[in-house]
Amino acid sequence: MTGPAPVRPPAVLVPLALVAVTFVVLPFVALLQRTPWSDLADLLRRPIVTDALELSLVSALAATALSLVFGVPLAWVLARSQLPGRSALRALVLLPMVLPPVVGGASLLLAFGRRGLVGAPLHEATGLLLPFSLWGVIVANTFVALPFLVLTVEAGLRAADRRFEDAAATLGAGPWTTFRRVTLPLVAPSLLAGAVVCWARALGEFGATVTFAGNLQGRTQTMPLAVFLALESDRDAAVALSLVLIAVSLAVLVPLRDRWLGT
Amino acid sequence: MTSARRLRPVALAISLGVAACGTATGPDEPAPAADGVRLGGTITVFAAASLTDVVAELAAVLAERHPGVTVRPSFGASSSLREQILAGAPADVFAAADAADVDAVVDAGAARTPVPFASNHLEIVVPAGNAAGVDGLTDFGDDALVLGVCAAEVPCGRLAQAAFAHAGVSARPDTEEPDARALLAKVASGELDAGLVYRTDVLAGGADVAGIALPPGAAATTTYPAVVLDRSRQRDVAEAFVALLVSDEGRAVLARAGFGPP
Repeated sequence: MTGPAPVRPPAVLVPLALVAVTFVVLPFVALLQRTPWSDLADLLRRPIVTDALELSLVSALAATALSLVFGVPLAWVLARSQLPGRSALRALVLLPMVLPPVVGGASLLLAFGRRGLVGAPLHEATGLLLPFSLWGVIVANTFVALPFLVLTVEAGLRAADRRFEDAAATLGAGPWTTFRRVTLPLVAPSLLAGAVVCWARALGEFGATVTFAGNLQGRTQTMPLAVFLALESDRDAAVALSLVLIAVSLAVLVPLRDRWLGT
Repeated sequence: MTSARRLRPVALAISLGVAACGTATGPDEPAPAADGVRLGGTITVFAAASLTDVVAELAAVLAERHPGVTVRPSFGASSSLREQILAGAPADVFAAADAADVDAVVDAGAARTPVPFASNHLEIVVPAGNAAGVDGLTDFGDDALVLGVCAAEVPCGRLAQAAFAHAGVSARPDTEEPDARALLAKVASGELDAGLVYRTDVLAGGADVAGIALPPGAAATTTYPAVVLDRSRQRDVAEAFVALLVSDEGRAVLARAGFGPP
């Protein structure tokens, strides 16, 4: 079955859309124009670039995985349960989206730092220290990216046709079976879209990471941190790093097709 | 509503307007500056983060002497401010934490003669109580401690590298913070066992931190230069600000914050 018949856009929308596209694309074009193409191969081989890229990819992926494991159940609770105070809960969960990331990082320190509410007893008991470690980066990334996943999946769950789940229950499926074999496949497009947005947000995270996990090449210096510092000392390296980050993001986002995201 | 009642709010408005106009004419003229020149206008001062309190205080002094003058400070790591100036930022004065950043601006033709106005040196900063028992630069090679320095791209970090090299210490920091105040905050909260920041930052940290001085000759001193940028549209105000920095009064404010003479 083909998609819906194409609609002629209202005349005023086209130039406005063009402005939006230009606004978003222009900085990228300027970056390409400033790229030191002849030195690029060398720059990309430098440890500062490869270390940062590896850390960024690992931490973004881990943050997305954690967000899926803990965020999808939360989205389900917000969309389907009858829990009182759901609106307040939703507002709290979306807080990291509204907070400046540095504030988020400072709050994470107050909670999970060595002198933190939870971090202090944790450190006493196990010697575990989240700040200044890769796990600190993952925690910071998850903190800022989780709300994006929860928001997207909750919207998908609300829009899903519940009659399929009712039918499964009528046929004798338990709640977990229904969730696993009916609900999740039904909201697969939202899951994918949410995971992608979550991953993209985690990849670009700077403020919470630098405030909570610190900055050390090879251990906590992700791409955004490396770019920020390179901007002040080595412009060419900063441009190369930015290019890599954009290329990686495009490589993931471009292949995503409309129909996978659910039109 | 009768026509008289309808007119009342109008009459009120007119009389208020006349009264306001009345008081606007003939205000007391502010006393002219000591040298007879009355300055006015707004300048933007790009200053190293360590100068936060000093610039704020001197901005108030200048505004008091010359009503009509506003000083808008913008603080950050000197290297970051340098990059902004080179990219064309509309600043009038640049006061940096080391000569290299100001020289870069001068070499790019954006300014002419830097004026040194203060010096600062590094100190080891520890949380109040010094729970980890840190006592010298060699402790920065200890893996068991949670330590921080400034990133090598900023003046504070460059100075730290020089101090380590001079002392022959192979430092193992757990984080290289993008600016000294961020590092100070982490030490003050106890997240770090020690850090290397400026003496002025240690003082700014108040009761939450303690400073451990480095031995003399530890290659950990920096001179702060200030320069008026050629692009300034309020050159006279900008020069007045720089003059205030090097004056006795400026020197006193700087000394109170922990800066040394240039």
